[in-house]
Amino acid sequence: MELSEHIKTANVEDVTLRRPFHPALRGTLCVTSHHLLFSDRKDEDSWQLLILLRNIDATEKSVENLFGYPRAVGSSGTITIKCKDLLVLQLEIPGMEECLNIASSIEALSALESVTEMYPFFHRPSHLTLHGPWGLSSTEKYYKQTERLWDRWRVSTVNSDYSVCPSYPHAVIVPREVDDEKLVQSARFRQGGRFPVLSYCHHRNGMVIMRSSQPLTGANRKRCKEDELLLQAVIDGSVLGYIIDLRSTQQAQQARMTGGGFESKSCYSHWKRIHRHHERGKVLQESLIKLVEACSDPSHSVDRWLSKLENSKWLSHVHSALSTAGLVVECVERDGHSVLVHGSEGTDSTLVVSSLAQLILHPASRTLTGFLGLLERDWIQAGHPFQQRCAHSAYSHARLKQECPSFLLLLDCVWQVWRQFPLALEFSEALLLRLAQEVYASNYGTFLCNNEQERCAAGVKENTHCLFQSLLSPDIEEQYLNPLYEPTDLAIWPSVHPQSLQLWTGLFLRWTEYAQNMEEAREEVWSIVKKHRERAGPDRTNNTPSTHCDTLTPFENLMDELTIL
Amino acid sequence: MEHIRTPKLENVRMFDKLTPRKSMVGTLYLSSTHTIFVENSEARKETWILHSLMSNVERLPTNPSGSPLIIRCKNFHVYRLLIPLEKDCVDVLASLARLSHPERYGELFCFSFNPNLDKELREKAWAFIDLKAEFIRMGIPRNLWHATAANHEHRLCDTYPSELYVPKSVSPAVIVGSAKFRSRGRLPVLSYYHRDSSASICRSSQPLSGFSARSSDDEQMLQAIMKSNPVSEFMYVVDTRPKLNAMANRAAGKGYENEDHYTHIKLQFIGIENIHVMRNSQQKLIDVGDLVAPTMSDFLWGLENSGWLKHIKAVLDAGVFIAKAVAEDGVSVLVHCSDGWDRTAQACSVASVLLDSYYRTIKGLMVLIEKDWVSFGHKFSHRYAHLDGDPKEVSPVMDQFLECVWQLMQQFPCAFEFNERFLIQLHTHIFSCQYGNFIGNCQKERRDLKLQERTHSLWPHLWENRAEYTNPLYRTDHSQTQGVLKPLTTAYCFKFWKGMYGCAEKSVTSQSPADCLNAVREESQQLEEELSTHQEVPRETDAGQENCRAEGENFRGEEGDQEVV
Repeated sequence: MELSEHIKTANVEDVTLRRPFHPALRGTLCVTSHHLLFSDRKDEDSWQLLILLRNIDATEKSVENLFGYPRAVGSSGTITIKCKDLLVLQLEIPGMEECLNIASSIEALSALESVTEMYPFFHRPSHLTLHGPWGLSSTEKYYKQTERLWDRWRVSTVNSDYSVCPSYPHAVIVPREVDDEKLVQSARFRQGGRFPVLSYCHHRNGMVIMRSSQPLTGANRKRCKEDELLLQAVIDGSVLGYIIDLRSTQQAQQARMTGGGFESKSCYSHWKRIHRHHERGKVLQESLIKLVEACSDPSHSVDRWLSKLENSKWLSHVHSALSTAGLVVECVERDGHSVLVHGSEGTDSTLVVSSLAQLILHPASRTLTGFLGLLERDWIQAGHPFQQRCAHSAYSHARLKQECPSFLLLLDCVWQVWRQFPLALEFSEALLLRLAQEVYASNYGTFLCNNEQERCAAGVKENTHCLFQSLLSPDIEEQYLNPLYEPTDLAIWPSVHPQSLQLWTGLFLRWTEYAQNMEEAREEVWSIVKKHRERAGPDRTNNTPSTHCDTLTPFENLMDELTIL
Repeated sequence: MEHIRTPKLENVRMFDKLTPRKSMVGTLYLSSTHTIFVENSEARKETWILHSLMSNVERLPTNPSGSPLIIRCKNFHVYRLLIPLEKDCVDVLASLARLSHPERYGELFCFSFNPNLDKELREKAWAFIDLKAEFIRMGIPRNLWHATAANHEHRLCDTYPSELYVPKSVSPAVIVGSAKFRSRGRLPVLSYYHRDSSASICRSSQPLSGFSARSSDDEQMLQAIMKSNPVSEFMYVVDTRPKLNAMANRAAGKGYENEDHYTHIKLQFIGIENIHVMRNSQQKLIDVGDLVAPTMSDFLWGLENSGWLKHIKAVLDAGVFIAKAVAEDGVSVLVHCSDGWDRTAQACSVASVLLDSYYRTIKGLMVLIEKDWVSFGHKFSHRYAHLDGDPKEVSPVMDQFLECVWQLMQQFPCAFEFNERFLIQLHTHIFSCQYGNFIGNCQKERRDLKLQERTHSLWPHLWENRAEYTNPLYRTDHSQTQGVLKPLTTAYCFKFWKGMYGCAEKSVTSQSPADCLNAVREESQQLEEELSTHQEVPRETDAGQENCRAEGENFRGEEGDQEVV
């Protein structure tokens, strides 16, 4: 079925648009295969709102005169559109049939299953060409950059046809002394074939952070010699390594009943196991839903708000993620030991913890390029199933399948670090907000599919543009830079005391008046810093792009980049 | 000195605030005003604890390593000491118990504190804040309002200032009659005049109305206040108490205005709880801050259970209601509670901060505190336990006002000239008794104590150090700086004030964006000065330099504003 067949009514005039904290507008509504376009034509200066249909999480329609008088004069309907970036809009559409048509188009087109039908495959901005390098970082690049690895580690392409582990990239970093055959055996012993691979090598002491999925010891306490050898090779003669198991002891025990398990002391004698319970999957998704619900009702009393905030448990999840990342950092930096992180599948909380630990430890991952590279390696190439996890956000009424806001949790944790160390990160809150939006609905191919294998099959690199590259283009980079950035070589240990953690108002209260004043404050910071740079002369302004660029709201942003429709 | 049994103790251990496992050995000295701990380390770091700031000193059971002593301060700092010998600890405890609870005004620190100012400078310092000038600044129309001498020598009301502003149309007899009908003689007088709308904020105590009593003088007084605002046809009477409390007061011959007797008034209850509820609430909040390793849920639950933020919201709501009536509706407001010195002071001063950008400057906030709190008889010495007295009189009334300002600063980061540090400094000095400003309970008492001759004023001291208290984002021409502030009072806008209550967590963040911005600004200014001296030497100016200078002069003009005294 062609996409256009979903569109029964493409244009409606005299539609009223209501947005939070803006006066209602009348204009024309237009549905295309991938967008909802509202334009308010007031003679010269027309204002347009463009929403990716993919961004729409839920629609609610109420139609007057549903029964009785078909096509009655003055019949109309209202569609409430709840977006994945948490914006809520209302459209009043004259004509009940038109209203129902539009609603059903939105419902069908916002939930496309086939990747190649999605908008990134059609997005062709004039200033970008499709043929060229795609992405910022890769296993090979990381290996080349990290001299400390060259001695004892190697890049293995055992997974080049994705047969050893379907969710891993084609290349991984493993100990030099472990051959590919052993890797294949170890992969068979790990859930989803996710054998232990290197995620980070600490520049100070050469200690590493590895990640994997759980070992398949099962009820019979199966062993795998090759897996044990692999981990032995990781610590290479040093006395001790830590396994941070992101499940409670009890959960890990229970996992044995279903074929999973944990590394026992007797088989992995040089590894010390620490259990830290982390919620995942459905629980995390429901936590997000509860939080967003609490934030969207401004009539709550303070007591009720605090109790709803507590009840959502979102901040508790932020708290545990940051605490465990802190624990990993403590092992690596303070005690000088290598660490293996895993939960069960090794695709969610494992990635949250290992990438947070890197952000805390490694100055290079706190730059804009470094952070995006980290996300690319540790999330996209590492096989976080973005398509499954981000199919829906907090408003959807659809039955939950594999949705889980692991990536949003990571962004929230990064924001907490950013707030506690306002000078240490080169990127700004705007970057985190942009990523939080792009991960759910995007013009770019970066977050499509669930792993590299799927992306290859769909031809993502050949047919879409890369978000990260576009974020680094000089004309839009500035809004994602932190004007106060002052690189520090030290580890930045965030405080995980509950009073140090806050609700990420920039994201969760993004569409309220509250965010407006914060935006003004940010602009003020920029203007002070710019004034300073102008005075200080060109020698101190090395990282300031010359062109001035106002902070764009996400929608205007989309507008800017939309050249074909 | 007679209270100090052991002036010096060796080998005392002081535990680190952040990591209780860490401690330093040093020597403890007791002076008549301070307890001083000097570390044995090379740096000889000194910790000075003012006795008048101590709220509670507690000795825990002796353990093998010594006797632990916990000193809790009124600014929420906590110091943990370990004294080797139990006997010494008992002595220190006894000394501190006495020293931290002075029984007579003469024992207070301000009477011995000597910053080496000569008599002339001291007098000048006391004249730094001039309330007469403040009423002129407000632009009171001389044909409608005037200063009355009715309270000369505090004949009419001993807790009011000697100079009162009342409508010009009321006769001395009406003033006296109105005072007689008000609790403790605190008759309705002008607190703030809003030039833009010609509406005013007046304040008083509750009327002695009981169930049926009335006073034509008091009715005339309110009528005159209403009429001093030529454009409006009614006025609000804001009773800041919960309605139930106000009704209960009628049984004691007090209560609130009967709308049948007072024509053209609208009565509005706000529901700020009394000083006892607030005291208990703050204690619960402090306990939350004291929790050892709380979970996120413990913390949020504790915060909710304390009710503190709910009370802060009530105070801010009162201010918002009054500000809206005055600025938007152009209606004058009379504010009272029971005695008119706690909740009334809170409501009037919060409304003033919202209404007048002057009160959002460093000097302006000093003036506001001097006017609404000091001169109108807020009972500082009782509320903040300067002397050993009735614990039921103690209550965090001023704490709440300062917190309301802080909460507003969170919403409007560019609107305030001062920063959080200024508020915390003010808070400390309200308790410290180092300066004479907040000693006593009313103007008459302060006069009798001859404070201006015997003590020093805090304000010039803060003013001299204003660079430390300046918000770098403040700009006189910023949109947030202008006009009336309209804050959101949605529950999610209220945050836990970590800088005030989270002392255990202080200094975790070594980087402060404000400090960084201030440094940037200063450097800019220096460079600018260098540039302009540079340019003055050679006369040859090309276009580029002209531009530079023109801009620079703007910049300096801006900075110059802040230096005008």
